[in-house]
Amino acid sequence: MFELIGVPPQALFGQLLLGLINGAFYAMLSLGLAVIFGMLNVINFTHGAQYMMGAFAAWLMLGLFDVPFWASLVLAPLIVGLFGVILEKLMLKRIYHLDHLYGFLLTFGLALMIEGLFQWKWGSSGAPYPNPIPGGTNLGFMFLPTYRGFVVIAALVVCLATWYGIERTKLGAYLRAATENPTLVRAFGINVPRLITLTYGLGVGLAALAGVLAAPIQQVSALMGTNLVLVVFAVVVIGGMGSIMGSIVTGFGLGLIEGLTKVFYPPASNTVIFVVMALVLLIKPAGLFGQTK
Amino acid sequence: MAEPLLKVDNLQAWYGESHILHGVGFEVGKGELVTLLGRNGAGKTTTLRSVMGIVEKRAGSVTFEGTETVGRPSDMIARLGIAYCPEERGIFSSLNVEENLLLPPVIRPGGLSLDEIYKLFPNLHERRKSQGTKLSGGEQQMLAIGRILRTGANLLMLDEPTEGLAPVIVQRIGEIIRQLKSRGFTILLVEQNFRFAAAVADRHYVMEDGHVVDVMTAADAAQNIGKLQAYLGV
Repeated sequence: MFELIGVPPQALFGQLLLGLINGAFYAMLSLGLAVIFGMLNVINFTHGAQYMMGAFAAWLMLGLFDVPFWASLVLAPLIVGLFGVILEKLMLKRIYHLDHLYGFLLTFGLALMIEGLFQWKWGSSGAPYPNPIPGGTNLGFMFLPTYRGFVVIAALVVCLATWYGIERTKLGAYLRAATENPTLVRAFGINVPRLITLTYGLGVGLAALAGVLAAPIQQVSALMGTNLVLVVFAVVVIGGMGSIMGSIVTGFGLGLIEGLTKVFYPPASNTVIFVVMALVLLIKPAGLFGQTK
Repeated sequence: MAEPLLKVDNLQAWYGESHILHGVGFEVGKGELVTLLGRNGAGKTTTLRSVMGIVEKRAGSVTFEGTETVGRPSDMIARLGIAYCPEERGIFSSLNVEENLLLPPVIRPGGLSLDEIYKLFPNLHERRKSQGTKLSGGEQQMLAIGRILRTGANLLMLDEPTEGLAPVIVQRIGEIIRQLKSRGFTILLVEQNFRFAAAVADRHYVMEDGHVVDVMTAADAAQNIGKLQAYLGV
């Protein structure tokens, strides 16, 4: 079998696939963050906890009511999204007029509380979720587990559908306009506060969907979103705060870069994304796809 | 005067601690074109913003077709049939020309169709796929006016539509405003350009320091140019 710069192809493509899967999660999560930031001007630090809630919702529904994975894929984002809607109505809407710092503190505190509650109730060791599509295909140069392939494709479809919804539909036009000038959009007769609530619900639903997709790959545990959310924030900053396409491209791109680093220089794989972030901020402070205001 | 469509009585408005309007009162009849004239800082723009419900705090009474609007949020006020074209035009840079035109929702029948708007403003049709803020100042103003004609609103509030525009564009906007009036739209116009306002309006209210200090019909105004010039400081 051939080798590429001293690396066997199985290792290279295996890591690339892993990078692509991680990238799929980065993209879905940073997309939700971008949508929320664009509209609410709030940096949603609860995102990791909401991702975890998605995975837990699927796991609990399976354990308690035998709800299959495919139904959870729809139900869990709806349930967690509804939780987001309540959170927005009760708390977030009171801080929009304040500095970013207040949004950060509120959502960070909420994340700690939610994760603490789940940890107290279910511990932190994690529980397995059965793989809904076992098996895989030998591609010759590597083995592709079917479910992992499905995750990448599902994430791509969700990301592109969200992009389409925001950039090409009437509702998306309302969102984009309200991001620029909410007062005027409201004076045209559009219920902007409701639009904001729904946007937050959508962003949270996306996080929960990523959580459901992650459940069969990772252990379902209270802290599964904690580390991930830090990387995702780096992705959002690199892509450009609030940029939809930026989040998608950067999410997948950085997953791949991380995967390649694991092949060629494993010790740097945990930090490479932050190095890229520092470089991008030096050269393009608004991010790769961001616009300076 | 025709039956009043908009009736403003003892309207007060504040921005933070600043008390801007001190009891403004005026009426606009159905199908009329009424202007608010006055120097910079007289409270004309704040009056329009207060009618629309987008000032921080307002008090007094603003009734539209007999419905009290003070206390209602601006989206509900818009849905009664009032459309607002702000002084800064408010063109959305993330939307192209056509998306900008289609943004305000249709609130009741009777508005212009997209084709009719393009007929009125052929430039907008040519540039319908361009980013809204890439248009010239005159085109942006046409877009800002065109955008509120689709909704079916019967009261159009235009804030200084001629500001900063070349004379030929000002003339074109004057023609369009006359056409809109002849189609039955009621128009409340804020202007500093009295020559422009005099050519189109039925009635003028003169504002100073957050009050209405005088009202005159188009005929009165023509005979009292000196007085008006004193008010406007020209």
